[in-house]
Parts: sequence; C-alpha cells; structure tokens
Amino acid sequence: MEHDTLLSARGLTLHFGATPALVDVDADLWPGEVLAVVGESGSGKSTLLNVLSGRLAPDAGVAWYRDPAGALHDIHAMPAPALRTLHRSDWGFVHQNPRENLRMAVTAGGNVGERLMARGSRHYGDIRAAAISWLEQVEIDADRVDDLPRTFSGGMLQRLQIARTLVTHPRLVFMDEPTGGLDVSVQARLLDLIRGLVRRLGIAAVLVTHDLAVARLLAHRIMVMQRGRVVESGLTDRVLDDPRHAYTQLLVSSVLGA
Amino acid sequence: MLEVTGLAKAFTLHLQAGLRIRVLAHVDLRVDAGQCLALVGPSGAGKSTLLRSLYGNYGADSGQIRVRHGDDIVDLAAASPRVVVDIRARTIGYVSQFLRVVPRVAAIDIVAEAASGDRRARAAALLSRLNIPARLHALPPATFSGGEQQRVNLARGFIGGHPVLLLDEPTASLDDANRDIVIAMILEAKAAGTAIVGIFHDTEVRDAVADLRYHVAPIQDAA
Repeated sequence: MEHDTLLSARGLTLHFGATPALVDVDADLWPGEVLAVVGESGSGKSTLLNVLSGRLAPDAGVAWYRDPAGALHDIHAMPAPALRTLHRSDWGFVHQNPRENLRMAVTAGGNVGERLMARGSRHYGDIRAAAISWLEQVEIDADRVDDLPRTFSGGMLQRLQIARTLVTHPRLVFMDEPTGGLDVSVQARLLDLIRGLVRRLGIAAVLVTHDLAVARLLAHRIMVMQRGRVVESGLTDRVLDDPRHAYTQLLVSSVLGA
Repeated sequence: MLEVTGLAKAFTLHLQAGLRIRVLAHVDLRVDAGQCLALVGPSGAGKSTLLRSLYGNYGADSGQIRVRHGDDIVDLAAASPRVVVDIRARTIGYVSQFLRVVPRVAAIDIVAEAASGDRRARAAALLSRLNIPARLHALPPATFSGGEQQRVNLARGFIGGHPVLLLDEPTASLDDANRDIVIAMILEAKAAGTAIVGIFHDTEVRDAVADLRYHVAPIQDAA
C-alpha cells in the first residue's frame, strides 16, 4: 500500500456465478480526493463500491483503510462491529435511493441527529442545533426539521441523506449514483451542493456514476470500468478529453457536452 | 521555467478502425521566467493540442515537459495524476478558449476558487478591471455573452499568479478596449516573472506581448 493513502485495493476479484463482476482491480484514494468510477450498467462499478466499503467480500484481493491514527485495517478481515463503527463515524455512504439510508418514520431532524447519537452525542439541544445547521447547509428550511421525510420531494430526500451522512464529518464518503433518478434542475443543485461541501470539508470520496458530466464536475481522478475490469484511469479531464481505450472513446463519444 | 524536449502526440481513433493521427512530433521549446512564447502556424496544425499537452489535459506519447514546480523540476509528461493536480494548483495556470460553466456558481466564486488567500476581494477587483460590472459578479455566467464569459475565464486564469500561464486565444471575442486591458495584464504578468505560452490569432496582440515564436507545422505524413 502506498504509504499515505486513505484507501487502497489490490487484485480485487469477484464473480457472481460465472459472471465476472470484478477482475483484478487496483485502486488508491488519498485524503481529500474525489475518485469517480464510471462505466455503463453491469460494468462492476457499484460492485466495486460495495467491496471497497466492506458491504461485499471479494473472492480474491485485499482492501485496506488507514484510520486517523495511521493504523491499517484489512476491510474484509475486520470484525463486524468494528466495520459498523467505521460506517457510523469515519465513513459515510450515499445511496442512489435515499430511502435505503433514511428512516422514513423519523423526522428530518431525527434522521440527521441519529448519526450523532450513534456516535455518542447525548445533549438534546446540541444535537437539534447541529441537525438544523445541517438542514440549512443542504438548503432545507429549518422549519421542516420536525417533518417526516415522506413529505419531502426526491431532491429534498437526497439532500437530507447527504446531511445525515456528513453530520459526523466523515473522512471518506462512498457515493452510488447520488444524482441518479432526479430531474436535471434538481441534479444541478445537488451537484453544486456536493461539490461545495466536499471542497470545504476536504472529504475524500469514491463516486460511482454513469454520468461523465458528474464525474468531470466532482472528481480529481477517474477510473473507467468495463465488464469488471479497469480499462483506463487517470486525471479526470485527461481521460475525458484524450481517451485512449476504445471503450472510453465510445463512452465519451456517446454523450453530449460532457 | 518550462522546457519541452522531443514531445510527440498522436490520437488513435478506435471507433474509426484504429485510425492514427499524428499531430505533434519532435517538439522542442523553452520559456524562461518573464518571457512570452507565441505558438504560430495554420489552423489545424496542432497549436491547441500542444498547449493542452503542456497542461496535462492531453497525454504526451513521448518526450518530456519539464517545469519548475516549487524547488523541483518535474516532468509533467510522466507525472502521476496527483502531481499534475498539484502542478495546476501551484505552478501552471491555463486560460481555455471557452469558459466551462458550472451550474449555479456565481462569477465571483468561479474566479475566487482558482486562488487562495483573500480571494473574493481580488476576484472582484479583477472582474471589475475586465469590465464585468459588480452587479454581475453574484450571477452564474451561464447567461453572460461570449465576451463576458471569456473575461471571467481570464480573471480565473490570472488570479492565481501561477509562475507559468498558458493562454488559448485570450482575446478572441473581445472588443478593442478589453483587448488592451488583457494586453496590459499579460505585460504585467511578464514583468512579475511569469512565463507565458500562448496562441494569439490577433497579430497586434501577439506583437505586443510575445518575445519568442514557436512554429507548429502540420505533419504531412499523417498515416
């Protein structure tokens, strides 16, 4: 492992039956860096996110996470409680469908405050103040703090999920198609928000997207996946403006103005 | 500041049956602090390709792009993506021909985020110098005219005070008054020790700012 990475993987391989989902994938992520993983459906990009975050175990290969004290952890050899603690504190996961992460029967403020309480915060006033501050940072009116998420639009739900994820100031966030399924105007607002928060807080992120424009806007580096393999990787604008691999050229030439 | 040796660049178009187009070969050039080098040559000769290669936007096939980065000399052509990001943050600035608009981000922030320190005040001063009135600073430039967008782009390129500046047609859509302001800004940057490589179609601008020329010739044996 490179000596200063936050997350590194070597030789990740995973098959679903006879289908290769990951084939010998290497990845590195440094603190404060956004890495986009792009490719079409079935390319293995979401599988890679699930393996890197410990939600799936690979058939072969290894992934390490470096904690704030500098100690390395083999993500797939960690005891389950330690991994759960990581997911509640140092890490965040933003799902394409916010309902996977939110508790729909709990108020907006409760959804944000819950992550703080899971980390040990106990002072009700502080938790509520932090929740309101985060709702405002994701552009949800403070007077919606006691409303249930089911009264929110899709874009608001996604912003609420982001508030819930970032309230604990994670060092590393995994994002799976965070703008997928949203209207274009809502996407633009969410992208701008994510871009601002990631820059301001210095968060590292692995971002899975099929949208090359999203990758260009948010990511420092990009990995292009096809049938479970990384076919090209590098600086985001280099890969998108001067694609080398036939598959990357096909992806880039298939979209308008990315 | 910047020294290029043996640079070559070709594009292989896999979707066009692997057609290979050679654009640059045997490029050697050098720019020192305070100098401005103009890339000249006919349209399609590869001037923009060369400029983009100097920024790491296009990857070089062979050759070296050596740049003074802090106390080191780094070969941009062989540098890792993370090093290129750092070189762009601290050493090489780039003014593209067209502004890439980010939805919802105000003009002043597009300029300010390209620098560090007391950024918004400097961004406002630069935009005002380039005749972007204060009432427009808080607006996203998506609705600005072509000339206004280019001036936002220029402010973004100049605010960082990078030791090396790459300019792709910086005055292409500007009127005479704004063109003269850009000429003054380029001359000031040179006086401050900035090494500049640029493409200037406007010969008056080129004559006013450039000390050196590099002739980019089309490669004849494109095969």
